[in-house]
Amino acid sequence: MSHVSNVPPDLRYTKTHEWLRTMPDGSVEIGITDHAQTALGDLVFVEVPEAGRSLKEGEACAVVESVKAASDVYAPIACTVTSGNPKLASEPEAVNGDPYGAGWLMRVRPENGAAVAALLSAADYTNFLATEGE
Amino acid sequence: MAFIPHTPEDVEAMLATIGVSSVEQLFEEIPASLRIRSLRGVPAELNEMEIGRLMSERARMDGRPCCFIGAGAYEHHIPAAVWALTTRGEFYSAYTPYQAEASQGTLQLIYEYQTMMASLTGMQVSNASLYDGASAVAEASLMAARANRKSKSQRILIPATVHPHYRRVASAAAGNQGLRFEEVPYCTQEGSTLVGALSRYEGEDITALVIQQPNFFGRLEDVDALTDWAHARGALVIAVVNPTALAVLKPPGEWGSRGADIAVGEGQPLGVPLSSGGPYFGFMTSRMEYVRQMPGRIVGRTLDLNGRPGFTLTLQAREQHIRRAKATSNICTNQGLLVTAATIYMSIMGAEGLERVAAASHARTRELVTALTRLNGVRLAFEGPFFHEGVLSFDRPVAPLLAALASRGILGGLDLSEYYPELGGALLVCATETKTSEDIDAYATALREVMQGAPFAAHERPATAA
Repeated sequence: MSHVSNVPPDLRYTKTHEWLRTMPDGSVEIGITDHAQTALGDLVFVEVPEAGRSLKEGEACAVVESVKAASDVYAPIACTVTSGNPKLASEPEAVNGDPYGAGWLMRVRPENGAAVAALLSAADYTNFLATEGE
Repeated sequence: MAFIPHTPEDVEAMLATIGVSSVEQLFEEIPASLRIRSLRGVPAELNEMEIGRLMSERARMDGRPCCFIGAGAYEHHIPAAVWALTTRGEFYSAYTPYQAEASQGTLQLIYEYQTMMASLTGMQVSNASLYDGASAVAEASLMAARANRKSKSQRILIPATVHPHYRRVASAAAGNQGLRFEEVPYCTQEGSTLVGALSRYEGEDITALVIQQPNFFGRLEDVDALTDWAHARGALVIAVVNPTALAVLKPPGEWGSRGADIAVGEGQPLGVPLSSGGPYFGFMTSRMEYVRQMPGRIVGRTLDLNGRPGFTLTLQAREQHIRRAKATSNICTNQGLLVTAATIYMSIMGAEGLERVAAASHARTRELVTALTRLNGVRLAFEGPFFHEGVLSFDRPVAPLLAALASRGILGGLDLSEYYPELGGALLVCATETKTSEDIDAYATALREVMQGAPFAAHERPATAA
């Protein structure tokens, strides 16, 4: 793939292509990476979880659907959802246009704050993408 | 598209291309212990001549009775053009073709069908059909559980006035996928579901309420009040409707203040013959906001690269060839051939024709009920309006009466004792536009004679019986 993925240095990542941002109040914002949105193509539908839902690590919690595929998004950590991005119902393309900003999927309260730090760093994720054959 | 089976040479060529010596070799990876050599209980093959003979012998056993049974499958007049056109080579296929977009005519027909069903039910979107009415109720229940994200209980309230077979199929198909079906009792005076019967669910988490209109007894439910009750408590509403009746009744999309969320039903009355019980087809329509939770195929209209209009399968990301185990359904298909017949039937009838069929069926059933309830020992079980079916209460068991009528070439109705034993001797009868006043008179006369000869059950014999 000729596209070089944008991997912001201040975030944490997973091998299933989610990113996590720890906010000042300890809550965590989650989305899918630039690599993931490029691989999926133009998104036509995004389903985000309801506020209040508690998620186990690895649980499927959101769906991103493009014209060619529909994929699950997995909870990278055990957490409780505080909000799903309400804007995506009418503007799923925000995930393509701004995957690390306006295209965030959900905000959560982690069960264990240390779990985020244990995930992949930007460098680790960049290496992982290289081994995956980008 | 021509269907040409592979010749032995074709098979050889294909095997040689992929470097395999025999078809058998393709299956080698399946362990021998898992393979079945012969199917027990499946008889040997018959050729076309033999199967033709067997089937005509069986059809002769049916005779040509005058049928007053409805109960989910209805004998309507089918204009000759419907099946003359449906069986043309261009249409004659059971399924959406696998290269769907190569068959623009088939897709256009399904698109027209979807438009008609959405309009008939007053909903925004229709799928390309499902197996039958019963499986459509199961699929609608699963769809409601996916669509109602606020509800965690997966509890579906299903009134006892919903077709007993639909209830069984729904709980067999969806009950093993985590749904719980809870039966709501009906009012035995009115033969319908009272909003008051739902009060015991007050404050509980309910995923959806199923409402059949007309209900299994032919009676009209208070759909507005039931729909509003469900919506006020966060439950979705699944409408189960008869498409003929929709020509004269309020469509599900207008029930209550918000309308039903999903509408399903049996499509057989639209140009499909009774045919000893099938095949029939199910239909499903819904609000646009739930379209991604809708099972099955959906045909959309679009523009091609040159800006010309064309038809395409749309929203396929919900379907099993893309979504695999997480597809909205892995046990549904469309019934292409029957949908073709239904679309042609609806085109020929038009809104006015369908309304006339509905009005005539209602009038014939009133005539039938009036004629039969003139007999001593027969009364209408439930007070209040009905569409084209009614329940008659008898002063004795109905099974012997039905057997005696059958020997006179009359299928007198469905004995309800197996499904609703609390109703005692109860018979569900139906007359459509296919029945004449002479047919109805002949039924009433035969029933009077049969009842004069038929014994009362011992405990029901009046002390002063003549």
